[in-house]
Amino acid sequence: MIRVESATVAFAQGGGEDRVVLKGLSLEVPRGQTVSIIGSNGAGKSTLLNAIAGTVPLVSGSIVVDGRDCTRDPEWARAAYLGRVRQNPLAGTAGDMTILDNLALASRKGRRRLRLAVTPSIARDLAGRVAELGMGLENRLRENVSKLSGGQRQALTLLMAVLSRPSVLLLDEHTAALDPANADLVSALTKRFIAEYGLTALIVTHDMKRALDQAGRVVMMHEGRIVADVEGAEKERMGVPDLVDLFRQARGSDYAEDRDLLR
Amino acid sequence: MIQGILVEGLVYGILALGVFISFRILDFADLSVEGSFPAGAAAAAAIVTAAARAEGGAAWFAAAAPFLAVAAGFAAGGLAGFATSLVHHKLKVPPLLAGIVTMTGFYSINLRVLGGRPNLPLIKNNPLLDGARSWLGALAPPDLALLAAALLSALAVAGILDLFFHTEKGIAMGALGDNEASVIQVGVNPASLRTLGIVLANGLAGLSGALAAAYQGFADVNFGAGVVAAGLASVMLGELAIKSHYIGVQIFRVLFGSILFRGLMYAARSWGYLAGITPNDLRLLTALLIVGAVAVSKYAIKRTKPSRRGGKA
Repeated sequence: MIRVESATVAFAQGGGEDRVVLKGLSLEVPRGQTVSIIGSNGAGKSTLLNAIAGTVPLVSGSIVVDGRDCTRDPEWARAAYLGRVRQNPLAGTAGDMTILDNLALASRKGRRRLRLAVTPSIARDLAGRVAELGMGLENRLRENVSKLSGGQRQALTLLMAVLSRPSVLLLDEHTAALDPANADLVSALTKRFIAEYGLTALIVTHDMKRALDQAGRVVMMHEGRIVADVEGAEKERMGVPDLVDLFRQARGSDYAEDRDLLR
Repeated sequence: MIQGILVEGLVYGILALGVFISFRILDFADLSVEGSFPAGAAAAAAIVTAAARAEGGAAWFAAAAPFLAVAAGFAAGGLAGFATSLVHHKLKVPPLLAGIVTMTGFYSINLRVLGGRPNLPLIKNNPLLDGARSWLGALAPPDLALLAAALLSALAVAGILDLFFHTEKGIAMGALGDNEASVIQVGVNPASLRTLGIVLANGLAGLSGALAAAYQGFADVNFGAGVVAAGLASVMLGELAIKSHYIGVQIFRVLFGSILFRGLMYAARSWGYLAGITPNDLRLLTALLIVGAVAVSKYAIKRTKPSRRGGKA
């Protein structure tokens, strides 16, 4: 379960005026729910995930994961119960280390101990997990991750993110940098892992069709706010054109507000 | 001659292992080694000198002096590393500058440890060397005892490091220098992990300094001059000679590179006059060696595979 309460994020800009990217945004996601987050560029989708992960600080508001307030915790401390995959396939893995070492690194969270990271039994277990990707990586465990293709590397990153069963999985356009075939593959894996591990997930995407397919709930953001939030039967009835309409409406009303403010 | 090269290569090889950890594993350009290496030498020399002067009833002190000296060398170096890490992490000072701060400050600290003198001779009192000769004299021929001691010390350090880099902590440290985000992602505080690495690297430099003082027969406040370049040249020579992405091989090839480097320096000292090279030119040779090693590895990488990334320099 994750609760974001009136989160405000602002970035300093040259010239004194701060750019406010999240404007008192609130969002509650119950355990086991998958939420797609859509919206135009600059809507604040990635900033929302970064704020939850602790990459950017909140100006005000709070973030509560599974009942514990982590608003002030540094990024690494939150990572102990958050899983995260970014757009860049190079971001989540250590390229100059082997697939096995990367998996061993991710198989448990928090403080490292002074004991062997890869024993034969751990290696067998991790080989079994990586075989689930269906990419034959279980036969390449001693190869460096930098030798993998973008799709393979992102699939591995995804596996590493779910391996420790995080309280919340944050996916920030994690298929956007991949070719269509690999994007489909990683999307299918995402859906499977979320179901298999019973995860709570927030998925930022630009792909409206995927947003509807992969999640039981769709949240639309615009200019730092949530402008639409559909789930259940309402979401099931929607198609891509309905989402686009909703998007236009949201933007239109926003412009109307702006005009009201100016008057 | 060959024995001298080997002993020197192994003793300074432990220093090169420290340089390897900071520059290669952590990707942290750490110059504090120029302070931690003489700090180790000074601490060890001060301990054995104090043990020799200790009044009666302190027999245990004299007996333990060799071990205490080595431990003090490691601790003094580690302390210098800790200082660098503190300056870097708490004040956000870049690694190069943080290292310079430490190395500058430790020059004075080392002078104090040496009792206000720039040089502390160990000619009459050198328990480390005597110990090595007497303990290993039984196993190896007396003239080889020193080499055996150096070999055992260097192999022990390399073996422990190899083991360490296969532990959870060690693997995380490897990932830290490669991609910090991947370490944060698994809930590890990158600052404390990097601190551990820097302390370890400088501790090894200090240990090497303690052994070097014993081997040379004195500790000198200027011991540190040029050791970063020497260590880096050793690391790079090893990389040129042996290619591998296995951490164990990477560790042991540092020792090999260090022996190679000392051999080259010996050759330059002995036969350099044929080409008009004097001992004054050795630093220039070291610098050219580093440049040459970088150039060769860059060129070789371009030739063999169109990699998206060259070697980290």
